[in-house]
Amino acid sequence: MQLTEEQLLAAYKRMRDIREFEDRLHDENNTGDIPGFIHLYSGEEAIAVGICENLTDKDFITSTHRGHGHCIAKGCDIHAMMLKIFGKDDGLCRGKGGSMHIADLDKGMLGANGIVGGGPPLAIGAALSAKTLKNGGIGLSFTGDGGSNQGLTFEAINMAVVLKLPVIFVFENNGFGEGTAHDYAVGSKDIAGRAAGFGLPAEKVDGTDFFAVYEVAQKAIERARCGEGPSVIETVTNRFYGHFEGDPGLIRSKEELDYVKEHKDPLKIFREKVKNKIDEAKLDAIDAQSKANVDDAVAKARAAKYPEVSQLLTDVYVSY
Amino acid sequence: MPNKSYRNAIKEAIELEMRRDPSVIVVGEDVRGGHGGKNTDDNKLEGFGGVLGVTKGLWTEFGSERVIDTPITESAIIGMAAGAAATGLRPVADLMFMDFYGVCYDMLYNQAAKFRYMFGGKAKAPLVVRGMIGAGFSAAAQHSQSPYNVFASVPGLKVVVPSSAYDVKGLLIQAIRDDDPVVFCEHKLLYDIKGEVPDEAYTIPFGVANYTREGTDITIIALSLMVHRANEVADKLAKEGISVEVVDPRTISPLDEDGILESVASTGRVVIVDESAARCGFGHDVAALIAQKGFHYLKAPIELVTPPHSPVPFSPVLEKEWLPSVERIEQAVRKTLEA
Repeated sequence: MQLTEEQLLAAYKRMRDIREFEDRLHDENNTGDIPGFIHLYSGEEAIAVGICENLTDKDFITSTHRGHGHCIAKGCDIHAMMLKIFGKDDGLCRGKGGSMHIADLDKGMLGANGIVGGGPPLAIGAALSAKTLKNGGIGLSFTGDGGSNQGLTFEAINMAVVLKLPVIFVFENNGFGEGTAHDYAVGSKDIAGRAAGFGLPAEKVDGTDFFAVYEVAQKAIERARCGEGPSVIETVTNRFYGHFEGDPGLIRSKEELDYVKEHKDPLKIFREKVKNKIDEAKLDAIDAQSKANVDDAVAKARAAKYPEVSQLLTDVYVSY
Repeated sequence: MPNKSYRNAIKEAIELEMRRDPSVIVVGEDVRGGHGGKNTDDNKLEGFGGVLGVTKGLWTEFGSERVIDTPITESAIIGMAAGAAATGLRPVADLMFMDFYGVCYDMLYNQAAKFRYMFGGKAKAPLVVRGMIGAGFSAAAQHSQSPYNVFASVPGLKVVVPSSAYDVKGLLIQAIRDDDPVVFCEHKLLYDIKGEVPDEAYTIPFGVANYTREGTDITIIALSLMVHRANEVADKLAKEGISVEVVDPRTISPLDEDGILESVASTGRVVIVDESAARCGFGHDVAALIAQKGFHYLKAPIELVTPPHSPVPFSPVLEKEWLPSVERIEQAVRKTLEA
């Protein structure tokens, strides 16, 4: 796999944008100014970015309740996302969606999703559109280890195999579905192995390594684009925060979490892998840029207006 | 005008729209039927054409790319249709029996119905979910229900419950062209009724009630099969000089509130006949509407004719008792007139 320096820097920037965004939301949430629930993606950046760097705007992804990373990786605007999460009038979702329902169809982002396992059936729909309209696009769902157990997911995988749809099912196994461990809740312990039983290629990959994810994704996506049908990718990863912000975090010890942050950080791993290819100063410059951009997004979101109450009843229907 | 069955009118609507718009597809269990069967595959036969033959012929004309047989997995059918609708297709998904919504409700209720709102008006889901409703076939508790009241309670969904061959064609074409998700409820006892149906495509707007009988003494509000029973009562009572108006809302979301209230204003007496539910049903919703906005028109209490609060029974004797009958509707009308 040969990636140009430009591609590597772009991938690093996306990952750093996600980390800055999420770490900042962790702090902002403690001020009490963010309505509702947020679920942070820190620690899982290499998956969203490793996958989405292979996609274009005509490819549709579906996401999960832990969706900010997928949105950023797919090209959603960080300022608009921040406005949305603060419940402000972003001119895009108009205060209707919030953290769990960020979408941007122009970017091929078919929505974060508050329903565990809600994405895969929708992703096969996007794949059906691409196949029927012959536009060369694909569908791709991100689902957690929790969502890997849902009947919705099984049905979608089977349908994709039967109809030979151009779709990829990506499972992000971060070890926990809410507060219950994967080792307890996934009967087979092996998401990829179980998925292979549906009759499609299924690979397991280190989700903390951008390069490993990128490579497996490239192969699966190429396969889908060539009309050879669906694939499953299980990525093994860690989340740096709890299930949601406010989670007391009792399921992991401090030592366990410290170890993960030290040794399983996708950004550190990336920097280590490119240290002989890329001048470190360029990466540091990206870090500074990302931070400044997120600072600006937070400042603007805080200053922005809440939606007009008159918008309560708009967009329930196209026409009624 | 040609005389056609309700069944043929449905097929014609889909067929005309598929010819007009290449983004219209049909998806569901056995919409062709026969995929993977040696005899059907070798001889290019349609094994079913929909479980009751409603879509027979579509596969032969449009092929497997647009008439898509699926496994018996309702969540994947409706979810795929919802995802496809949001990304450029206009799927007509066949749920077969509306009772099966219980298997896949998330994809309608939490997904398709809410895309537009959650995504700030930037998405649409032009999806039609067709399915059979209704008792009277001894199909028992899981294949006989009429849960349109459940769908109508969900903001974002439109709900159509047609009663005639003419209406079913015009409303289905409207549903396919409509940019919102539409739940389209076909009563299984109506497939063989006939009526005048033009050959060409036409639409009937949603939210416009049809007065199937005009009258001055009392209003019956009814949907689907119950419109026919209400008409029968109206025709019978007309011979006694009682003038009954029958209002068929045709769509219950949107609901033609003005059309209903106008009739109530002119008669002052109302019977609502509803096959959906004995509690929290469509009838209760309309009764509340009339009580709230038309109370001053009323000369008598509103009368409701619904099934009892029980699952649909199997035995024909029990089922006949369960389903609102012409006799019960007539009794309700007489009671209201005497009140």
